[in-house]
Amino acid sequence: MTSYALFLGCLIPAHQPNYELSARKSLAKLGIELVDLANMTCCAPPPVQSIDLETSLAIAAYNICLAEEADLDLIILCSGCFESLSMANAMLKADEQLKAKVNKILSKVGKEFLGNKDVKHYLQVLIDDVGLKRLKQSVSKPLTNLKVAAFYGCHALRPSELLKLDDPERPKVLETLIETVGAKSVEYLNKLKCCGGLLKGYSDDLALSLAREKIANITRAGADCVATLCPFCYTALDVGQVLLKGKFNEIYDMPVLHYSELLAFALGIAPKELAITPATHKIKVDKVVSKIS
Amino acid sequence: MIQGEEEKTASLEFSEIVTSRLGGETIRRCYQCGTCASSCPVAKITERFNPREIIKLSLLGKKDEVLSGEAIWLCCSCYNCQERCPQKVEIADLIYALRNIAFEEGYIPNIYSDFASALLDDGRIVKISRFYEDKRPALGLPPLQPTGVDALRKILSATGFDRLQQKEKSQ
Repeated sequence: MTSYALFLGCLIPAHQPNYELSARKSLAKLGIELVDLANMTCCAPPPVQSIDLETSLAIAAYNICLAEEADLDLIILCSGCFESLSMANAMLKADEQLKAKVNKILSKVGKEFLGNKDVKHYLQVLIDDVGLKRLKQSVSKPLTNLKVAAFYGCHALRPSELLKLDDPERPKVLETLIETVGAKSVEYLNKLKCCGGLLKGYSDDLALSLAREKIANITRAGADCVATLCPFCYTALDVGQVLLKGKFNEIYDMPVLHYSELLAFALGIAPKELAITPATHKIKVDKVVSKIS
Repeated sequence: MIQGEEEKTASLEFSEIVTSRLGGETIRRCYQCGTCASSCPVAKITERFNPREIIKLSLLGKKDEVLSGEAIWLCCSCYNCQERCPQKVEIADLIYALRNIAFEEGYIPNIYSDFASALLDDGRIVKISRFYEDKRPALGLPPLQPTGVDALRKILSATGFDRLQQKEKSQ
């Protein structure tokens, strides 16, 4: 059994038990143990980086220190958290001067960043630890005939120099994982463009315009559903469709699921065990569930 | 001092400030090719945001215009520009650096002051409701571990982040 410290973040426990349940159950089934550590905090994502980059680095490093103390690598579900922690880990490992500066701050809380642990996106764990071969063998309900639009979002991939998940212009890890569970990955226009999520609260109109283009392109491509990685993108697309109906009277009815939910279905975990409710999925996913069962 | 020289001094000063900041180090490499603007999803849908323009104004020393305007807050942080910049200007990061300076100078959008307060109060920028926390056992989720709020507050105090927040509150 491979063990990781889970960095859960805030959006997932705050709003998306469907993400947490599907990820925990799928990873457990695949032999990955998740350890919940005490005293983790905000990851210091872009909104905090916008206020002060140095503070953000120190906060991210503090959380990595907790994993170092537990002698575990970190696994992350949320792309925002992945970007913050992975970026900090890479920057501090590469820059002794910056590390010293951050460690001076961390000394106030009795921590020292050593830089001896990895920060991994759960997709990397699926590829590196489980492996595509074993993942395929573990599928008991292949999602045959399901056409899925891979939705990377931004912060699983970029800045690629630090995150190193995949090619930032031509990634294929998510499409590969979609096909490994038996579904068909469909191409759509401007696949790698941003969901607009981070503009919410400052410019809701621009945020919705970006989400609108994504949903329209995915619908045009004839996908049965979207597979997301990030709780921010998920909300931008799922709640976004409710907003688009209200504002422009546009109805897309495009089910949005986290990739982990599709994975859970394929591993034979019953949808009723995964907190799929009108609260977690504003756009119903019944059509997807009936297509696979 | 004649006007041209004054502008030159101002531009040198501001780009020096930006260059000395975490995230802002690469601004002077920019040769204004516009790859950033043509890669930007926000610039595609509005004239209110153009990364090349923000860099140009910063290099010209238009400090107040850059810091007080809305443009620096309209970056969606997608990093497309940064990936594609032929000069390796870290554009998304330097926009963070500009936001950091704006924050210090008291130009603080409401939503960001909410983020800062939430961070200080709860150790998170998104609050986890009792509703979902109480439902976790029934859903089959393990209890949430305690948040390291005390450690976080000490970090915020060590970096002066909490003073930034007070500055905003006193306005």
